[in-house]
Amino acid sequence: MTHEVTNIPGVPLGVGELLPPVPEPDNQKFWDALLSDELRIQRCTACGELRHPPQPMCPRCNGFDHEWALMSGRGSVFSYVVSHQAVHSSLRERTPFATVLVELDEGPRLVSNLVDVGHDEIEIGMAVAVVFHRVDEAIVLPLFRRAG
Amino acid sequence: MAAQGQVAIVGIGETDYSRESGRSELTLALQAIMAALDDAGIAPHEVDGLMRWAVDTSSEAVVADNLGVRDLAWFGDITQAGNVGAALVASASAAIKAGLAEVVVIYRGVNGRSGRRYGSGEVTGQRGQGSAAFSEPFGLLTPQHGLAMMAQRRMHETGVTSRQFGMVAVTERAHANRNPRATFFDRPLTIEDHQESRLIVEPFRLYDCCLETDGGGALVLTSLERARDLKQRPAVIRAAAQHGYAAEREYTDTAAKFLAPRLWARAGMGPEEIDVAQIYDHFAPFVVFALEDYGFIERGEGGRFVESGEISWDGGALPVNTSGGHLSEAYMQGMNQLLEGVRQVRGTSTSQVENVGASFVDTGIGTGALILVPDA
Repeated sequence: MTHEVTNIPGVPLGVGELLPPVPEPDNQKFWDALLSDELRIQRCTACGELRHPPQPMCPRCNGFDHEWALMSGRGSVFSYVVSHQAVHSSLRERTPFATVLVELDEGPRLVSNLVDVGHDEIEIGMAVAVVFHRVDEAIVLPLFRRAG
Repeated sequence: MAAQGQVAIVGIGETDYSRESGRSELTLALQAIMAALDDAGIAPHEVDGLMRWAVDTSSEAVVADNLGVRDLAWFGDITQAGNVGAALVASASAAIKAGLAEVVVIYRGVNGRSGRRYGSGEVTGQRGQGSAAFSEPFGLLTPQHGLAMMAQRRMHETGVTSRQFGMVAVTERAHANRNPRATFFDRPLTIEDHQESRLIVEPFRLYDCCLETDGGGALVLTSLERARDLKQRPAVIRAAAQHGYAAEREYTDTAAKFLAPRLWARAGMGPEEIDVAQIYDHFAPFVVFALEDYGFIERGEGGRFVESGEISWDGGALPVNTSGGHLSEAYMQGMNQLLEGVRQVRGTSTSQVENVGASFVDTGIGTGALILVPDA
């Protein structure tokens, strides 16, 4: 589902708009999949190893061939931080906010934000599920909501 | 032990540490180099090798030109970030052993407070490019963010607390209060001050974070054979090692987990033989993690070790960051800790440990470390 921007205290919706990613050839398909509300992670076709962030070569078997495997979108909070100091001028109106490291059920870990959980409510191990947050025509960010 | 094939640190130098040096980074580097050469008793024109942090803005060629070195035989820098100090020592030592240079100077000059501030996302951010596309859009922009992510996970896994991290800061401050060169020489710190200080990026509080400093530092290295004819008691490099894998991607263990076995094997000694340690305290929690990952203590025991006073100069089992470290002396990106590691071998620290047989210096929580010993 595409997540509408709402204004929840402590939830950093809008950080991605202020600091958007710049897709590059080695990771373009990750961003392309998100435009269709799909979270796809790079998988080595030779040995099956999932890897993220995307890179040209499999660190396990050194294969170059890969596919983009569809993830369930489910996972849990592996760690998190709460930014209280605005380290970038564009973030002055946004702090404090939390950034989470989500471990997908399939294994890879993604840096993200939670859309419906205040920064003081986050716990390691909390079950989460992906939501797709549209920034503009070219970029959708994978954010997460509390699950279960 | 015979001097042949061994390398020593024979000169150390530094500038004053301040919030606004009022001079260029090149000037800071040159002033530190001159102080180090004077300390060693070596003339500038005798230098034939130069090394720097790749992030240092003063090129080897420009420094050589200022020193009047007309034939720089060997030079180099190491990329990554501030965490390459011991790696530079390892490389310089190897160059001297290989006969590529005879006298190598390692230097750092930086306006880290009045110039480029490493705590700023404007300075360290990658504008969403490369792998930063997967972190910056979610608000991770500076080194402290990734490190805080690891610290939070490690607190979860081992039960170490913010108060225990605070005891690192308090202990180092007590060391700084004995060191007139330290930024916080005349400012005490209590655990209450730490616990009441504002949050920067949770779980880091203000006093968990290193200083931002203007200043310079330099080291002079040469063969132990030559060192024996110079002014100072040599600090012999027993072992030095570096590690370049981005272990923080695991968010659980530091790079020290990878570096430690190689370092101890190369030194032919274990952590129990170390008398004093300098550890790269960009953030106080990482002193705890480094103590564990280098094997000084068991994983999960670091918090209690620190809390019970074991890293204090005043009676601790392993005094750590005896000049005040990055938290309370200066943030010279490992350089000030290399200088202090040498002082502990010479016997000239303001918090001197008695009869130092082995002085340990980490300059990046596992990205590089070395062990210095007195000349046998």
